Amino acid sequence: MKISGSEIFIRSLKEEKVSHIFGFPGATILGIYNQLLDSDIQHILVRHEQGAIHAADGYARASGKPGVCLVTSGPGATNTVTGVATAFMDSIPVVIFTGQVPTSMIGNDAFQEVDIVGITRSITKHNYLVSQVKDLARIIKEAFHIATTGRPGPVLVDLPRDVLMDEAEFHYPAEVSIRGYKPNYIGHPKQIEAALKLIAKAKRPVIYSGGGVIRSGARQELLELVNKTNIPTTSTLMGLGGIPGDHPRFLGMLGMHGTKYANLAVTECDLLIAIGARFDDRATGKLEKFAPKAKYIHIDIDPATISKNVRVHIPIVGDAKLILREINKAVVPGDYSAWIERIEEWKREFPLSYQQDDEIIKPQYVIEQIYDLVKDRAIIATDVGQHQMWVAHYYKFNDRRMLLTSGGLGTMGYGLPAAIGAQVACPDKLVFDIAGDGSFQMVLQELATAVQYNLPVKVAIINNQCLGMVRQWQELFMNKRYSGVCLKCAPDFVKLAESYGAVGLRASKPAEVRPVLNEAISVNKPVVIDFRVACEENVFPMVPAGAGIEEMLLS
Amino acid sequence: MRHTISVFVENKFGVLARIAGLFSARGFNIDSLSVGETTDPTVSRMTILTSGDDQIIEQVIKQLRRLVDVIKVIDLTQSDYVEREMVLIKVDAPSAHRAEILRICDIFRGKIVDVNPKTMTMEVTGDEGKINALIDLLKPIGIKEIARTGKVAMARGKQDKNLAGKGQGGMPLEEVVSEEKT
Ligand SMILES: Cc1ncc(C[n+]2csc(CCOP(=O)(O)OP(=O)(O)O)c2C)c(N)n1
Repeated sequence: MKISGSEIFIRSLKEEKVSHIFGFPGATILGIYNQLLDSDIQHILVRHEQGAIHAADGYARASGKPGVCLVTSGPGATNTVTGVATAFMDSIPVVIFTGQVPTSMIGNDAFQEVDIVGITRSITKHNYLVSQVKDLARIIKEAFHIATTGRPGPVLVDLPRDVLMDEAEFHYPAEVSIRGYKPNYIGHPKQIEAALKLIAKAKRPVIYSGGGVIRSGARQELLELVNKTNIPTTSTLMGLGGIPGDHPRFLGMLGMHGTKYANLAVTECDLLIAIGARFDDRATGKLEKFAPKAKYIHIDIDPATISKNVRVHIPIVGDAKLILREINKAVVPGDYSAWIERIEEWKREFPLSYQQDDEIIKPQYVIEQIYDLVKDRAIIATDVGQHQMWVAHYYKFNDRRMLLTSGGLGTMGYGLPAAIGAQVACPDKLVFDIAGDGSFQMVLQELATAVQYNLPVKVAIINNQCLGMVRQWQELFMNKRYSGVCLKCAPDFVKLAESYGAVGLRASKPAEVRPVLNEAISVNKPVVIDFRVACEENVFPMVPAGAGIEEMLLS
Repeated sequence: MRHTISVFVENKFGVLARIAGLFSARGFNIDSLSVGETTDPTVSRMTILTSGDDQIIEQVIKQLRRLVDVIKVIDLTQSDYVEREMVLIKVDAPSAHRAEILRICDIFRGKIVDVNPKTMTMEVTGDEGKINALIDLLKPIGIKEIARTGKVAMARGKQDKNLAGKGQGGMPLEEVVSEEKT
């Protein structure tokens, strides 16, 4: 029996076991919205398409399953672009369906027509324009396959209106065969052998772990390697949670806002084992000064990340989990005791610190209190800015799906919709969005989404009444000439929350932080907490842009 | 250094834009690009001339391989290969110069494909050096127009049948154990 493209769409999503779609309707996808009424796929109506794509992304990060986002043509499609790029930079499996004008009108500058395939070509892993209904099921199958395999990433499928109306037999392919796409998972045994030799001979090894460890689910394997060898381990922002934050060998984050001891360890090491990390400039600082004395082992699923920014001695292309398993089978550590002792000294000498008095709440204190209260029970989403770095410093992540943050693109406004997506994926978990007052104001309309679907996310606004991170740069590098960073004109966040039907709370004194957090956790509703924090606190340590990572400002 | 790269791609619309977009987005050079169908009508073959140091060329090849629509990438520069380009050149051809033009055309094994009272158009095929030499010779006579196809290239010797995979299953390019003493 022939069925319409819209029906094929729904049936294909069922085949992919999709249970939730984050979306926003429009003329081109009316057919799909009509079909959704008769399906058990739950549609979450966001308030802006950027919310839909970030929510799908947060859903994917929290669940490990692909996130799905559905928007209309033209402005609906372009509103997702920031979120598509966010998912692309962080290798997140999301499938974005965009409506498109009928095929006969493509190219005519029709109403609400944009070439979204062209626009997103460089920020998707792959994208498709479906030109015939008979291709629809196969393309959906391929889209999910490509998004979730190899190095994951967003895949966009553009759906012209007539394709959704035309009819075809429904046949969902059991397998995909794309001759140009065959990701390699198994590390080459010779390379693994060579890596093992280096590990045994090293005197001062460091593991530099990245988001690839999270994506590949290699947490257990990494932990086993660290426990077996005692190799000190640092992480990128995206890699946090790859090894428990309170592990004795963990050095915290490296890079621009890394810990001094992580950066010193990397600078002094004689062997750097990069696992699922891509030598991003925020992690490496000036490349010539990055681990200058070390040999590099680089484990990554994407051959193109290897030797992109630095020359690597032992590249191992494949899945981090499988490769670490092989390494763990045979690894013989060297004697690193003197090295570990030296690092422990650095840890004692240069700890992360801040001063909390009785009067003004320090942002770091709020984050420590949240951690102290909820520990492993929560998923933490963040926005971008100072608060994000303080989360990286003071929240000890113990699980790979705990931290949702825009690392590669650094997208302000990611936090709230990502938290909503995570709460949809994990209804029984406590989900916090640790937000900047600036970032929150970019997406605060999504409070309505949280309220409508009873998603009890807790938004902790670290309210410093300014664009803190930019203010910090202006203070340190622009002679305190503050320009375009003041956010004193803002809504009353408590009233704002209440007007949306959420709970609004405020803490202005350190003593109020804990009680307010307790209250937020105890209500089964979305909550916004306005933490009035010190305005001029800075994130330290900090490596000035362009410097080597050991050249840190400590205060 | 200059590299000549053969890229086998799905013969679908939009693929050329993906390749061109990759080069421009990542700041790689394209010195010349040509594309056409192969014996398999679902596969097109591109010949791309690009330049850069070894690290850049390695990135160019890896980034090309990363594209889903790219089936196979071969850096011909690493092997023995033939390379040709065709050019159409329209020159001023007053009667005083016609004999000279015909002689040059003959030396370069070209063909005159169009003549009129004022101009002659010749078709010549060759490698880059030959075509540049020809252009240098014709310049003093007066070149009115040039159209070049861009290079096409192919490895010498037996046909490369194996279009399946991109060499990812085996050892990727850089996967050679370092020679350094470790
Ligand atoms: C969409 C977007 N625009 C601009 C920036 C540049 N930027 C980085 S951090 C920052 C300030 C963020 O302010 P806020 O959300 O209040 O967080 P804070 O730094 O104060 O913790 C800005 C403007 C960005 N990262 N994303």
